[in-house]
Amino acid sequence: MAALNNLTEHLEAFVDVTRSPTHHAESLKAIATSLEKGVLSINQLVVEMDMYLTTTDDVVRARGSILLLAEMLDYLKSKPLDNAVVHSLIGFFTAKLAEWRSVRGALSGCLALIKRKGVAGVVTAVDAEAVAKSMAQSIQVQSLALYDRKLCFELLECLLEQYPEAMINLGDLMVYATCEAIDGEKDPPCLMIAFHVVELLARLFPSPSGPVASEASDLFEFISCYFPLHYTHTKGDEASIPREDLSRGLSLAISSTPFFEPYAIPLLLEKLSASLPVAKVDSLKCLKDCAVNYGVSRMKKHYKDLWPALKDALYASTKTDLSFGLESLTSPGFEMGEIHREAVNLLQRLVKQDISFLGLVVEDIRVNMVFDTISRYLRYEEMLDTSKLEVLVVSQILSVSARSSVESCNIIFETFFSRLMNTLGIVEKTSPGDLVHNENSTVSTRLYHGGLHLCIELLTASKDLIPSSEECTSTPESAQQSWCSIVNRFSASLIEAFTSAVQSSNDDCSADAYLGVKGLLAMGMFRGGSSPVSRSEFEKILTTLTSIIAANSAKTVKWELALKALVCMGSFIDRYSESEKAMSYMAIVVENLVSLVRSSHCSLPHPMILEATSEVCSTMPTYVEKMVEGFEEAFCSSFSDFCVNGNFKSIENCSQLLECVTNKLLPRLTEIDGLEKSLVNFAISMWNQIESSIVFSYDFNGREFVEAAMKTMGEIVGVASVDSQNSIIQKAYNVISSSTLPAMESIPLTVAALEGLQRNLSTRDELILSLFASVIIGASPKASIPDVKSLVDLFLVSFLKGYIRAAQALGSMINKLVTGSGGTNISTDCSLEEACDIIFHESDSSKTICGSETFLGKICLGFCGSLDLQTRAITGLAWIGKGLLMRGDKRVNEIALVLMECLKSTNSSGNALHPSAMKHAADAFLTLMSDSEVCLNRKFHAVIRPLYKQRFFSITVPILESLIVNSQTPLSRTMLHVALAHVVSNVPVTVILDNTKKLLSVILEGLSVLSVDSVHKETLFSLLLVLSGTLTDIKGQQSVSDNAHRIIECLVKLTSYPHLMVVRETAIQCLATLLELPHGRIYPFRREVLQAVTKALDDPKRRVREEAIKCRQAWTSISSRSTPF
Amino acid sequence: MNWRITPASSSSIKLLSLPLIELRQSRYFYFSLENLLVVCVRGKRMVSGLINENPTVYERKERRVRTDSTNTDEFSVEPIDQLEIFDILFFDFAIVNIHHIRDIRDPEHPYSLEQLKVLTEDSVEVDDHKSYVRVTFTPTVEHCSMATIIGLSVRVKLMRSLPPRYKIDIRVAPGSHATEAALNKQLNDKERVAAALENPNLVEMVDECLSPSFE
Repeated sequence: MAALNNLTEHLEAFVDVTRSPTHHAESLKAIATSLEKGVLSINQLVVEMDMYLTTTDDVVRARGSILLLAEMLDYLKSKPLDNAVVHSLIGFFTAKLAEWRSVRGALSGCLALIKRKGVAGVVTAVDAEAVAKSMAQSIQVQSLALYDRKLCFELLECLLEQYPEAMINLGDLMVYATCEAIDGEKDPPCLMIAFHVVELLARLFPSPSGPVASEASDLFEFISCYFPLHYTHTKGDEASIPREDLSRGLSLAISSTPFFEPYAIPLLLEKLSASLPVAKVDSLKCLKDCAVNYGVSRMKKHYKDLWPALKDALYASTKTDLSFGLESLTSPGFEMGEIHREAVNLLQRLVKQDISFLGLVVEDIRVNMVFDTISRYLRYEEMLDTSKLEVLVVSQILSVSARSSVESCNIIFETFFSRLMNTLGIVEKTSPGDLVHNENSTVSTRLYHGGLHLCIELLTASKDLIPSSEECTSTPESAQQSWCSIVNRFSASLIEAFTSAVQSSNDDCSADAYLGVKGLLAMGMFRGGSSPVSRSEFEKILTTLTSIIAANSAKTVKWELALKALVCMGSFIDRYSESEKAMSYMAIVVENLVSLVRSSHCSLPHPMILEATSEVCSTMPTYVEKMVEGFEEAFCSSFSDFCVNGNFKSIENCSQLLECVTNKLLPRLTEIDGLEKSLVNFAISMWNQIESSIVFSYDFNGREFVEAAMKTMGEIVGVASVDSQNSIIQKAYNVISSSTLPAMESIPLTVAALEGLQRNLSTRDELILSLFASVIIGASPKASIPDVKSLVDLFLVSFLKGYIRAAQALGSMINKLVTGSGGTNISTDCSLEEACDIIFHESDSSKTICGSETFLGKICLGFCGSLDLQTRAITGLAWIGKGLLMRGDKRVNEIALVLMECLKSTNSSGNALHPSAMKHAADAFLTLMSDSEVCLNRKFHAVIRPLYKQRFFSITVPILESLIVNSQTPLSRTMLHVALAHVVSNVPVTVILDNTKKLLSVILEGLSVLSVDSVHKETLFSLLLVLSGTLTDIKGQQSVSDNAHRIIECLVKLTSYPHLMVVRETAIQCLATLLELPHGRIYPFRREVLQAVTKALDDPKRRVREEAIKCRQAWTSISSRSTPF
Repeated sequence: MNWRITPASSSSIKLLSLPLIELRQSRYFYFSLENLLVVCVRGKRMVSGLINENPTVYERKERRVRTDSTNTDEFSVEPIDQLEIFDILFFDFAIVNIHHIRDIRDPEHPYSLEQLKVLTEDSVEVDDHKSYVRVTFTPTVEHCSMATIIGLSVRVKLMRSLPPRYKIDIRVAPGSHATEAALNKQLNDKERVAAALENPNLVEMVDECLSPSFE
């Protein structure tokens, strides 16, 4: 009973139009749940609603009751209902369709019932028929509001989809109803459904005597008036249907039934001749759909009109600038517009579908005229634009037709290919197997560019028709032989012609080379056993291309083209796994190039050989192996050549080779199998080579080589597996222990001893040290490093001697060492604690301090040692600190304190710190916070604790702030600001946003302090970026608004910052952003800002001026309208 | 060429929801390019005059692209040049909708002055050293009364976007307008320009012209 009481309440609530929509939804939900739970039955509900359903108050009746019932049914879609209930309900709604006041409720009720699925009680076919009839007779769709119209279309769609038999019974009536409903509809969502309804109707009545056939002209008129679709209002309705979808729907509707054919094709052809691009594209698309659906016999009638229209579309959409560039070697060479693409699709479809269409193409006078055009001009650039167009379009037409099917390809080749060959003066092979060696034939060859282009297009088109090797056996030979044998007859002479085109080309004209190479490429890309190009001919192509690469001494267009063609062929062989061709490729291309790499004496510059080899060989794993072997050998021979003979050319080659490995091979590691293994071998043989060359008889200051070697070594170790890393580390350790380096370990860490040292390592030792450091940097934490303690000593001493790489290695080691407490560290003989003890020289191991009391700290603070030693110690300390910071170790705090101590103007004992030391200390914060490229990153397996930057930020920033407040000298103040800027600009933006209030004033102060000296311009810029980040965010907005005057003042100053353009640009952008603040806050500053921005209009840099114009425009618009400038 | 229809009267639009679809040749609407603004709505004929009802529309020329964008020298000076002025006039917000008069907005044809060849890149002369710029524009017809407003818009745009040191000279192309001399005088008379810009209606119109078009 309680349920019933509630029900009345809810009903009242829903019927009352004055209540809010949320209220309505709530009461609806309540009733629906009680129905679903079975507390309330539909019958009860209807009885209870009696009064509302029969009242004379239209509003209450329509809205309250009928709509309520309908929405209720929508909720209960899956609840099983008794068939009798469904029947009576549908009867009720059907009757209500006639009453216009309650039409929305009735429509949604019908829709909800019709949509019901099998188990839940469905509407019978008879009832559905009644609904359709009632709808057709009593509803005038176009007089309804948008939502109701949509319901109508959905109902129609549902009826046609779910009750096809019942609808067939209705026949004419449905077609009339649809026509009437669509007529004049303008809303995209409705139209989308309407088009689908037409499609369904067409499917329902396929018979030529059916209602769709008889009403075709009317129906077509209603839908065709939308063609081509054009939205007049594109803005403000994102939820609506995109034009493409609707256009697709329309196209499907138009092509849905062959009965539309007499009306549709003429209309589409007319639209195709329009000048509007959209109309052209749409009609081409639609014609393609029609060609598919209407069938050959109906389309045939229109071929006479279709072909000229299609031809015109192709002519109109083709641009005449053919590119002879590198990028177009594998593409048609000219820009394909959308119209062009659709036209090509249509042509292909038509030819594929009906070979008789090809007759029109073959007999076309313009197509046949092209041979005259071709033979009139030798060079492409000499041609008139019209001739160019002629050649391009005809090539396109013929190649597309040839591509459509084997049959069409045969026809095209039979009709045109020999004529083309005649025009070009290419003679066919006299007897099979016997290559033409007649001098006259090559002389008489006339390499018309247009002809070559056409020939290449045809060859490229035909190559797609060769079936893959499995299919090949099943297809009868005769089906494909015709064109194949034609190509086969000419292949030898064609290859010769293309070769002579390449060879005759000179540098200022790339067209010859381009066409020649492209032709060779096309000839080389026929796949499978039934290829018209024999193996010896294929090898000839490869030889030609390889010789082009080997012969050139400078990077010409020809060289690049040949290389690209070879790469294309390599990957083509790999893709279709053509073992025979792969062997030829290996023997001719790969072997040749690798031997070029090995021999240091050839005309080709070394980097070019390397580039060519690495490009060509990365197409297949077996080639890669071969290449790395070759590289190894080349490296060893060049290196020893340098060591023994002092040949500086060889060491240069070495560094180029290493660069090639780093830049070309390493990035592709994941793509090429087995590359990792070969590279590890390469690294080990590098060590072997260094080990075996004991004496460098010639000193060299080849930083380049050392850098390249370090980089390569580090990256190889970085990508290698742990086992391979271990073997490299072991090898490297052996080398290092056999050198003079271990002697350094024994140097006591006292000032006097260190002062005594100069940078006195031999070249070899320096190389070994740097390489070893790189190995350590790249090693993963799991790799085992022998004798850690002495290595720590070694690195410590060497970084104090000025080898930064050693400091980085030490940082990496500290970062990856296992902590002592675990006791599970079998792989290393030294724990993190022990290593720290060694570094900070703390004999008293009860408390590990790394603060200012330590030896290293003392050096940093300048208590002892020279300035050089001090700066090196500071830099080293920063790297060690970075290692600790990233693994989240507490010791970094003390290091930070030492560094901050260095930033004060005087140290604790009252001695003034040297400016250079202070600068290094400030930069140390950048080292600590920024992501390094060379070490301690993910690539090199660093241990990275999440949020480590945030932690460091929260520790250091308060201290730095207080130091800034108490700073005594301007220099110290500046340096502290630099340090702070490094910390602030490297921390994630969210942290800044959380602390905007605190940070804003110190950032602003920093900006003004840093803007004094041009040395800090980069730091200034990164700090400015931080500021700009806070301006736009909602979190920072309050404090930005509070500080608006200071921000504007600061930004205005920066708009004329002379040292860096981006600073000015960003400052102006920031000023424009500030306009989002409340009007009252910024209005007072408009004069100031406008003045500054007006000055910026005269900035020397264009980008700044552009920003200034935008900013000025924006700020002008907030001042009063009467002063426009 | 009957493929475009304008939803011409607002009363007919109200019933329909947005966005609207254009009808090709529905029985209610008839429209053609030759007759730009003569629109029949359900038999009711509305005629509104345009100064040039049938302007010739030109394909927009391919924009010359700057090639020296990789200039990395921090302190080199990039002087203001022809292309920059042209970009100022057309880049993103200066598409002038000359059909916007007498409350008839023609959203179909937001032709810019560039498309109508009223202004071209070559019609801009600039000398950064002498701080001088001259823009010559060509009205579409000889009696175009829009010429003043176009000239004024161009002047305002340049005044807002160029450094104050510049002297701006706006001219009508010789022989392209009936009252050429008077027009040139009017456009380059400081006082008259200032006076014009004190007229709120005119300023509004200029601002409207300079507002971004909805293409």
